[in-house]
Amino acid sequence: MTDLHFTSDRADSTEIEAVAAAIGNETVVVVETERLIRGGKERRNQSRHLLLPALHALQRAKGWITPGGLNHVADVLQVPPAEAYGVATFYEMFRTVDPGHSESVTHVCVDAACQIAGSDMLSDELTAAGSAVHRSPCLGQCERGPARFVQGVGTADEVPADAELFVFHQQGDPSLRLLKRIGVVDPGSLDSYRANGGYVALDRAIEMGAAAVLDAVADSGLSGRGGAAFPTGVKWRAMAAEEGRPKHVVANCDESEPGTFKDRVVMENDPFSIVESMTVAGFATGAENGWIYVRGEYPLAAARLEVAIGQARVAGLLGPDVAGSGHTFDIEIRRGAGAYICGEETALFASIEGFRGEPRSKPPFPTTHGLFGQPTAINNPETLLNVLDIVALGADEYRSRGTEQSPGTKLLCLSGRVANPGIYEVEFGTSLGQVLEMAGGLTGSGELRAVLLGGAAGSFVGADSLGLPLTLEDTRSAGTTLGSGVVMAFTTDVDMTPVLIRIAEFFRNESCGQCVPCRVGTLRQHETLVQVGRTGSITADRRQLVDDMARAMADASICGLGHTAASAVSSALALGLIGGAK
Amino acid sequence: MTSAQTTVSLSIDGNEMQVLEGTTIHKACESAGINTPTLCWAENLTPVNVCRVCVVEVEGSRTLVPSCARPAEEGMVVYTDSERVRHSRRMVLEFLGSGVDLDQATPLHEWIVRYDADIARYDQPDLPAAIIDEPTKIQDDLYIRDYNRCVLCYKCVEACGDDAQHTFAIAVAGRGFDARISTEYDVELPQSACVYCGNCISVCPTGAIQFKTEFDLRRAGEWRPDQQEITRTVCSYCGVGCNLEIHTQDGRIVKATSPADHSVASGHLCVKGRFGWRYVQPSI
Ligand SMILES: Cc1cc2nc3c(=O)[nH]c(=O)nc-3n(C[C@H](O)[C@H](O)[C@H](O)COP(=O)(O)O)c2cc1C
Ligand code: SF4
Ligand code: SF4
Ligand code: SF4
Ligand code: FES
Ligand code: FES
Repeated sequence: MTDLHFTSDRADSTEIEAVAAAIGNETVVVVETERLIRGGKERRNQSRHLLLPALHALQRAKGWITPGGLNHVADVLQVPPAEAYGVATFYEMFRTVDPGHSESVTHVCVDAACQIAGSDMLSDELTAAGSAVHRSPCLGQCERGPARFVQGVGTADEVPADAELFVFHQQGDPSLRLLKRIGVVDPGSLDSYRANGGYVALDRAIEMGAAAVLDAVADSGLSGRGGAAFPTGVKWRAMAAEEGRPKHVVANCDESEPGTFKDRVVMENDPFSIVESMTVAGFATGAENGWIYVRGEYPLAAARLEVAIGQARVAGLLGPDVAGSGHTFDIEIRRGAGAYICGEETALFASIEGFRGEPRSKPPFPTTHGLFGQPTAINNPETLLNVLDIVALGADEYRSRGTEQSPGTKLLCLSGRVANPGIYEVEFGTSLGQVLEMAGGLTGSGELRAVLLGGAAGSFVGADSLGLPLTLEDTRSAGTTLGSGVVMAFTTDVDMTPVLIRIAEFFRNESCGQCVPCRVGTLRQHETLVQVGRTGSITADRRQLVDDMARAMADASICGLGHTAASAVSSALALGLIGGAK
Repeated sequence: MTSAQTTVSLSIDGNEMQVLEGTTIHKACESAGINTPTLCWAENLTPVNVCRVCVVEVEGSRTLVPSCARPAEEGMVVYTDSERVRHSRRMVLEFLGSGVDLDQATPLHEWIVRYDADIARYDQPDLPAAIIDEPTKIQDDLYIRDYNRCVLCYKCVEACGDDAQHTFAIAVAGRGFDARISTEYDVELPQSACVYCGNCISVCPTGAIQFKTEFDLRRAGEWRPDQQEITRTVCSYCGVGCNLEIHTQDGRIVKATSPADHSVASGHLCVKGRFGWRYVQPSI
């Protein structure tokens, strides 16, 4: 039938059934002369976007992706097997080597918040008890470390902590905007969502019309909460002006920045708010397709979003005539499979399209060349959540909170040595010290040593920064960043050297490997820190090397991962957190 | 090139110049007589801009930009030899040389000297810098793969895929420093989709994939490119008319290549043109 070449390995019936259940009975029929076209990048719009769901099905069926299983999927979707293998080997959650057992695998987080909460001990205990353990980067549960995620074989994935009571420290606070429904609304019920102010914003948006929604978003001064703080109004207007069809709205729920868990809390506890805000975004920008890319380690969030989307469809709030507006909009969920880099917007598109999650150079930007090369508005879910208030309250009222340059409120992820770690909504301008107080102050025996702001891609500030107002402008002029809202506290009793070595290892492991400055720079940075750990100090020539590498990564890498890979390390050296003398 | 032949004006290292719209900065530099290193770029392949050795500084841009892929824009102010540019180019070369063997990556040698790249400074007391260290893959009589020399420029993947061959026998697998050019599950080439067109070999800038003939001669210490003769001819197997360059050393054929600038094949061949000369001298 076709001219793709396969090895002789064949899938068994379990695998064939699992794939059929995941992607339906999709088969790409290729006639001889089509091969050249479908074989190339042009094929993206065809069925290749089903590759990631199909690989998930294989992984779950057998606990690894067998050569026969891969051949089957490659044949059904007409993807060259070498490319399918390249995709499978890109993700942390996929195995391409027989693990020799079919037990579920427990991923234990080894990133900073969990590292200082004893993740090594937990790993050892689990291993001693006979569990298969996998050292994982941040699992987005930093408030309840050491965090675990159990990847099932033949069974669903689960997060043990999800069985515990959910605690939200600000519940009942009347000043809440973004989190007002958390812990109050029933996440599985559209009626409950409506009873708590849900779908007021969509009705209002339809009343106002798309142009007025775009104006309100621009006037509100809203900027992106995914880390780069790009003005949302500018992005939406640019995308709305594009005439190419179809157009896409993407919610970037990959949330893998170490220390970040805010999006998870919202998705799990108020999933309809994400569905509604995406619908408003689709209406305002004229997009018909919505996509939620949720990280693979968030099974509860994905399940609740799925339920919410289903209920919204039944109620006519998604589909061919959204809430009677005449506008068409629907949402599809895609699960990531363990790759921090897939949160970078262009890598995320590649991942959905069924390619390796490798970012590409910008320009062109997603507003013109996004998902499938089509116009796309991609946003962090927290950014989207703000739009509900902007539309419902109006831009002026929205701006009554926060500062001139950082209007509104911000979700912060408090973790590390604080008494009540968790998610907090604060007004922009609240000081770092006040925020730590909100979280119950410090725990442990020591004094405050440093706070990691913005995650592994952010930077450390010292104990003398408690007065720092948390706004975009103040953090920027202090040489740091709010990034994705991480506030991770370290006290003097914490040995910072292993923490920094692990941050360096994180970047080394998560680099997609595409560009030289990042692929090799992150490796050498890690090696250098390992050496600092061994000797307890850093020599002048190693210090020079670290600085040289940092500059090249920041200047010459393709994407934000490489640009920020040296940031936390550089700040730690400047503060004297590692390497001896200040 | 796009429909109307509009031009854009830009300044490169202080010299004002005009180029056709769509011209890359790299091409513009070339026409201004400024030599720019490239590694992952080639005339007959789509730019992937991954190696970053060609970066230049553009006023107003937060980071450096890859000159091989970025089109010149009206009013652009470009610096190709600023301290920032020299620093990043030097670091890219150091990074490459610290992890793989660049002995046969001849195009890079002059740049390593020019940018004063110190490849040795990554080894630390008791902690040698990690390198790629894998056995050479010798799986047939036609060519070998030695990924200890691979800089991951993606050229072979492009040549095997969208840009020439459309066979997709090889792709990048793995992530980060563990990323490798690989067949599915790293199966041996004869079991893979490979059709032995050798197009990947002809684009590889580092000798990571090479003709078995060349590999054997190099191993014997008898590879002498400066004493080789190149005879241009047309492949006689079919009617397409691919141009061939037959390389001979001491009167024996050592490899066949195709000129990248020739309109018929743009440097690419099939197995017959590439290896079909063997009937002339069955074993070397
Ligand atoms: C390595 C890397 C990881 C990222 N991860 C995320 C993420 O998990 N979620 C997110 O919203 N943005 C992430 N971003 C930022 C996105 O590229 C993009 O800027 C963002 O989704 C835009 O949405 P916003 O304007 O609403 O912030 C990441 C960027 C980089 C470089
Ligand atoms: S900076 Fe790192 S993650 Fe980004 S493209 Fe380059 S190698 Fe990949
Ligand atoms: S010889 Fe041809 S088919 Fe084989 S890997 Fe190289 S480019 Fe692909
Ligand atoms: S084998 Fe050669 S062409 Fe292929 S990526 Fe490596 S260096 Fe580049
Ligand atoms: S879950 Fe462990 S640091 Fe985030
Ligand atoms: S030659 Fe431009 S990035 Fe490689």
